[in-house]
Amino acid sequence: MGQYLIRRLLIAVPSLFGISLVLFLVLALAPGDPFGELTTNPNVPPEVAAALRQKFGLDDPIFVRYFRWLFAMLQGDWGFSFVSRVNVDTLILQRLPATLFVIGSAQVLALAIALPVGVYAARRPYSIFDQIANTLAFIGFSLPTFFTGLVFILVFSITLDWLPFVYRSDLPATGWRWYWEHFRQAIMPIMVLALFQAASMTRYVRSAVLDVIRLDYVTTARAKGLGEGRVIMKHVVRNALIPVVTLVALQMPAVFGGAIVTEQIFRIPGIGSLLISSILANDTPVIMAVTFVFSCLVVFFNLMADLLYGWLDPRIKFS
Amino acid sequence: MKEKQLRRMIKAVADGRVSRRTFIQRMVALGLTAPLATQMLTHSGVAVAQTKFEYKPTKRGGGGPLKILYWQGPTLLNPHFAVGTKDQDGSRVFYEPLAGWDADGNLVPILAAEIPTVDNGGLAKDGMSVTWKLKQGVQWHDGKPFTADDCVFNWEYAKDPATAAVTIAAYKDVKVEKLDQYTIKVTFSKPTPFWAQAFVGIFGMIIPKHLFADYMGGKSREAPANLKPVGTGAFKFVDFKPGDMLKGEINTNYHVPNKPYFDTVEIKGGGDAVSAARAVIQTGEFDMAWNMQVEDEILVKLEQNGKGRIVIVEGGNIEHIGINFTDPWTEVDGERSSTKTKHPVLSDPAVRKALALLVDRTSVEKFIYGRTGTATAAFVNKPDRFRSKKTFEFNIDKANKLLDDAGWAKGSDGIRAKDGKKLKFVYQTSINAPRQKNQAIVKQACQKAGIDLELKSIVASVFFSSDVGNPDTYSKFYTDIQMFTTTQPQPDPHEFLFQFVSTEVKNKANKWQGRNYTRYQSPAYDKLHASAGSELDPVKRAAILIQCNDMVIDDVAVIPVVYRPMVQAVSNTLKTLFTGWDSNLSGLSSWYREA
Repeated sequence: MGQYLIRRLLIAVPSLFGISLVLFLVLALAPGDPFGELTTNPNVPPEVAAALRQKFGLDDPIFVRYFRWLFAMLQGDWGFSFVSRVNVDTLILQRLPATLFVIGSAQVLALAIALPVGVYAARRPYSIFDQIANTLAFIGFSLPTFFTGLVFILVFSITLDWLPFVYRSDLPATGWRWYWEHFRQAIMPIMVLALFQAASMTRYVRSAVLDVIRLDYVTTARAKGLGEGRVIMKHVVRNALIPVVTLVALQMPAVFGGAIVTEQIFRIPGIGSLLISSILANDTPVIMAVTFVFSCLVVFFNLMADLLYGWLDPRIKFS
Repeated sequence: MKEKQLRRMIKAVADGRVSRRTFIQRMVALGLTAPLATQMLTHSGVAVAQTKFEYKPTKRGGGGPLKILYWQGPTLLNPHFAVGTKDQDGSRVFYEPLAGWDADGNLVPILAAEIPTVDNGGLAKDGMSVTWKLKQGVQWHDGKPFTADDCVFNWEYAKDPATAAVTIAAYKDVKVEKLDQYTIKVTFSKPTPFWAQAFVGIFGMIIPKHLFADYMGGKSREAPANLKPVGTGAFKFVDFKPGDMLKGEINTNYHVPNKPYFDTVEIKGGGDAVSAARAVIQTGEFDMAWNMQVEDEILVKLEQNGKGRIVIVEGGNIEHIGINFTDPWTEVDGERSSTKTKHPVLSDPAVRKALALLVDRTSVEKFIYGRTGTATAAFVNKPDRFRSKKTFEFNIDKANKLLDDAGWAKGSDGIRAKDGKKLKFVYQTSINAPRQKNQAIVKQACQKAGIDLELKSIVASVFFSSDVGNPDTYSKFYTDIQMFTTTQPQPDPHEFLFQFVSTEVKNKANKWQGRNYTRYQSPAYDKLHASAGSELDPVKRAAILIQCNDMVIDDVAVIPVVYRPMVQAVSNTLKTLFTGWDSNLSGLSSWYREA
């Protein structure tokens, strides 16, 4: 186990280097310029943009820039944004709570819907419940979040005027009102994301449970006279969870990475909206930091998933 | 009317023998515009009439929160680094200049005690210097007094190339000295008719010396006050999250009595323009939303039975088509559109004139921009005193005749040609729905006149970038004609009209950083433009600048299409004061709510 862990971590190092190199190159070669707005403004002499480029080291060759970035990153210095001139780690930490809260709640909610619905549907395949759940699941993951988001806004904010559609990280209220206001503003984005997630997860859970529920040992367990609840919980669900764990683990980085589209629609000040506005402004240090942290999380949670398999299914050995 | 008579009349107004209104009426009768007449009076030391805006609240505060929505939120709060409108507006909540611009392009004092004029001794007669008297008793938010030292410091701070301030242009060629605690003198290197640059408007916001003195030049990024502004404005800083949220609270020591009305102000960033319009006009969640780049059709629909309205603010944005005077299809010394070449077809004035006749500006206004773009013949549209009297025409027959007479005959494919050269042009612009519709309208008309246009649209982030490696930028202009909006930043169009001067031509040598992208070259224009630079009489100067405008229009270096005002969404209960010549939030301290 320990050896396996070390080996996996060692493999992760070169792949992260590779990822960072590819990211940096793509950003360096992409068109655009963080000081574009400066150069199109007739009131600003071109020397200003030139001085800034020099100051921020943008005129150096790509590889010099890459290694400078890499060494700074290794020392924990994430650099600063060209646009706001604020340190990147400060920017990310400012945005993280909103993303963790909204996307995290959405994931939990999605799981809370998908697990029972999927298991129940799989117990009686092609029953009325299963048919309805399936139909809803298909609708759910066929509708993109930008569409459902806009429909929600139109219905609940504009027509009914029940919920606000501009998310604010710092509500002016205190006490219970704060919780209530927070709930009101968060419910739409959370629902949009959760329904989309739940739809595909339900399908996964259902098919995983279906695979297991027909196996002989389940029949044996039933034949032993075990109660239905125990059969399902102990014998079916635990084994069926393995593919679901993979799915959830791969979703985890998104909890930190934010949902770009949904955050944009509801103006949630999260990592996703930070990323998209940085991309639009060609703010390389921020884009690099966010995408790189994101890839680290992907690598990390993949490893976590693999380790979880061993716990869920003792047959899986790490060697 | 002779100049002498004019001067006599202005004197009569100054002495009180003739009323302002009579004077302006007589001037208008003579064919001058009202603002031009006002400008003449102002320069001669006659006080400016109050603008229509009336501030009703009789005490400071009590207005509750003011909620503003920017679909691109402010990202930094140091006015000397504020590149975009969003940052300038964010800074303007806390910082103030000595003077600002009102909607008609007139100066209004803010931190200055009065506007310098020749009569009050503020303006030197030779145009070599200007003396500002500062308002006394103004305090920074931390209680320290605002004095001449702060002004001198801002000059030193901004002019230092190592600071890399975007305001450098306003400060680098002037000298600022302190005459006493509340008086400063700005000296120019040459007679300067447009003296209101340093300490005025967007680029004139003043930061406190005591907080920034240790962070000049190379260390400018490290100043803590970059993110926690301490200014003199109507609101004090509370909290700032770049791109997301900016909060301020009432400054109870504000130097203008009874202002501001609102207790707190917040600017929320992010999202898109359409939903921002909804949040103000339909649901009323916010009080004001900035820059509604939304089709007028949608805005009109939202406004019906809504809680808000659209406010149109006239400024200096002009959507125009530029003509390439050089050959974009021949490479000379590693660059296309080189000044060593001449455009094979567009160098013929008849073709350019025909093109100008083929742009159906009325339809563009009617079917595309609505209230958000007005068809125009002039490149300089505002303030009115600088507006040319020219008119435009859309006439396909006339264009056909013009081309026939110039010897461009239609071939079997319906496209005109002469000496083997065909009237085929590539017409580029950025990707933006109204622009693509506009392209289609022009293409259709050109087809009827035997001109074939190939339409090309480029992603805005590439088209407007300064990337020297990319051939598709507006700066390189590697096509025959192109269309975009350019902004006249100050009410005085002299700087703006630099873009037709031959020394400003964009080319490889200056890394395409000149301003003249059409590569229009005319010694007559250069001379005329230079003469405006030293003309101290505002009336004569306005006349010269109008002539400059007419010259580029007559030569068809550009074809103006529509001038585009700033469009703001405002709650029905909110009274706002906007100007197109200053920051969008320059009037913030005067905003109030009316039930």
